[in-house]
Amino acid sequence: MRLAELVTAFVIALFSLYLMWESGEGPSWDPTAVRFANIGINVNNEGPGSGFWPFWLSLAMFICSIMVGINWFRRRSPPSRSTDRFLDTYGVKMFALVGGGLVVFLFLIGLIGFYGAIPIFLFYYIYFLGKHPWWLAALIGISAAVFCFFFFDVAMRIVLPKGALEPMFIPLYDIFL
Amino acid sequence: MEVVALLLDGVWAALQPTNLGLAFLGVVIGLFVGAMPGLGSVNGVAILLPFTFVIQEITGTISSPMIFLAAIYYGAMYGGAISSITLGIPGASTAVATTFDGRPMALSGNAEKALVIAAIASFVGGTLSNVIFTGAAPLLASVALKFGNPEIFALMLLAFATFIGLSGDDIPKTIISICFGLVMSAVGFDIISGAPRLLLFDSTQWFSRGIQFLVLAIGVYGIGEMLWTINSSRDSLKMTEANITLARVWDAIKSFPETWRGTTIGSFLGFFVGILPAAGATPGSLMAYGVTKMVSKNQEEFGKGRADGVAAPEAANNSASTGAMLPMMTLGIPGSPTTAVLLAGMVIWGLQPGPLLFTDQPEFVWPLIGSFYISNVIAVTVNLACIPLFLKVLRMPFSILAPLIFVLSVVGTYAAYQNIYDVWLMLIFGIGAFLLRILDYPLAPAVLAIVLGPIAEPKLRQSLLLSDGSWMIFLERPIAGPITIAAIILLLLPLYGFIRKRMKASKAS
Repeated sequence: MRLAELVTAFVIALFSLYLMWESGEGPSWDPTAVRFANIGINVNNEGPGSGFWPFWLSLAMFICSIMVGINWFRRRSPPSRSTDRFLDTYGVKMFALVGGGLVVFLFLIGLIGFYGAIPIFLFYYIYFLGKHPWWLAALIGISAAVFCFFFFDVAMRIVLPKGALEPMFIPLYDIFL
Repeated sequence: MEVVALLLDGVWAALQPTNLGLAFLGVVIGLFVGAMPGLGSVNGVAILLPFTFVIQEITGTISSPMIFLAAIYYGAMYGGAISSITLGIPGASTAVATTFDGRPMALSGNAEKALVIAAIASFVGGTLSNVIFTGAAPLLASVALKFGNPEIFALMLLAFATFIGLSGDDIPKTIISICFGLVMSAVGFDIISGAPRLLLFDSTQWFSRGIQFLVLAIGVYGIGEMLWTINSSRDSLKMTEANITLARVWDAIKSFPETWRGTTIGSFLGFFVGILPAAGATPGSLMAYGVTKMVSKNQEEFGKGRADGVAAPEAANNSASTGAMLPMMTLGIPGSPTTAVLLAGMVIWGLQPGPLLFTDQPEFVWPLIGSFYISNVIAVTVNLACIPLFLKVLRMPFSILAPLIFVLSVVGTYAAYQNIYDVWLMLIFGIGAFLLRILDYPLAPAVLAIVLGPIAEPKLRQSLLLSDGSWMIFLERPIAGPITIAAIILLLLPLYGFIRKRMKASKAS
């Protein structure tokens, strides 16, 4: 946990510096614009510039991440005192299986669309991770996809992407849309 | 008298079949999300917000989707007590204080008494706060009409100062969370000059439209919190059975007057803590519990199953949820994370939250206020009638509920913006939120900040333009000045506590 606290503070500090750098960038249509000319409180007598808000807030974030680092050094915050692991074996396994499952779910949406990916994700989670009967997992997976189709595509007219399964839906469009 | 007439019109509108049905559905969903450990009102409202577009489309009114979401908010306040009492773990953070005495009551065989007292105290707290709200809201709105840019920015500063000064979380981490939300709200383009800015990693595809608040809110509450709950609630929970019979429920109802002290303190204190920008129902209920214990003659009985200890936090969390609506509706400043999501919803539906709502959109405001009363009646009735059913629902395995919530989060995010990049971003935020949560980074401030950012930035910049870059504009004006000073005091409060602690330590040594 201690190492994770320090690494996180370091990553936040780096990200804050990056945000400060990006905030100072002038508008793309003005190649003569000088970096950080837009972060002042009264730029060209027109009040704060476009980078004012994000720059100073990112600086505050940077200073606070340093403070988290100081608290880590002085063992002030509970995570900096903790001897527990950031994620124990169960946590790592859960994170890999559930988080990984979600990432694959989103990739599958790109390939076979929502209505193919939803039943697969639900079956994977309920049957393999939840250890429920296969028929229950299949029933919930298919019901969820059917519900989503009627709710979004039919009722709300929000057409969810269908990827490679698009041709299968054409007869359904004829009936319901 | 005018207010009474408007309220009666509002109640009548809320009683129309569509609105009544939506309030009923909202309350039932709210009771469910409130009762399920790991889910609270903010999760329910954030995940279901994209689905309210269909309500707006079908009903053709803007008040109906809000009635639905407000009913979820109310229902969740009632529902939180069910798992606090029967499982010993709060269904939502707002019901943490209910476990202190609710769980011991359940363990000593009085689960049904605790459940009934929680429901009635919630009803009393909710109704009393509704009455105060109805009287105060139009008055506050008329005062707020005089607010200019500096005053509104000062109020926002107060909202963030409340988080820093009173939340009790790690201060640098709270500030990081706030600043992160505010900077993320600036991604895309500058609203004043129109210049593109913060196109992170030179990716226009991902960031040129800005980061929508729902992407962060659903990421945090739909993915991050769920992962955290799966990781932290690995042991199977033991549910205490409640012996529900009509006679026992009636006995519990008859014993309710003995909790008058806790209910009264909870109702009033909850409302006023709820009004504080960004405070909300969780601190409200904890404070109500603490004060009730402090003024009680039987302090030693608290924590061992005292009915007052259940009534106070339950009256307070319902009362605070109405209180939190007050600054949201009249000033456009949310009083809790859930109202921050509701506020963003109002913007999406095309409303301009703030004092003008009361004059420009009475057809939105009064049916909504009317629905607060109706939802409260529905919530107490459904709660009392369906306690056995909710106890059954609580047995639903989390390994079925969790993937369904993940699917809802993914589909909801896509439906709201119809952009797959937003869904990926939501997942990235969700995973980041989970990792940060383990390290005690508070995440509610980030969600509040991404909602308030697009309002706060122009107010600040226009104020500074007005003053030629002088910060004194926030101190010199008669209304903005006291608010800014209050915010500065709140910001300095932790420093004062730190110095006092050091002085005590040096004295002791």
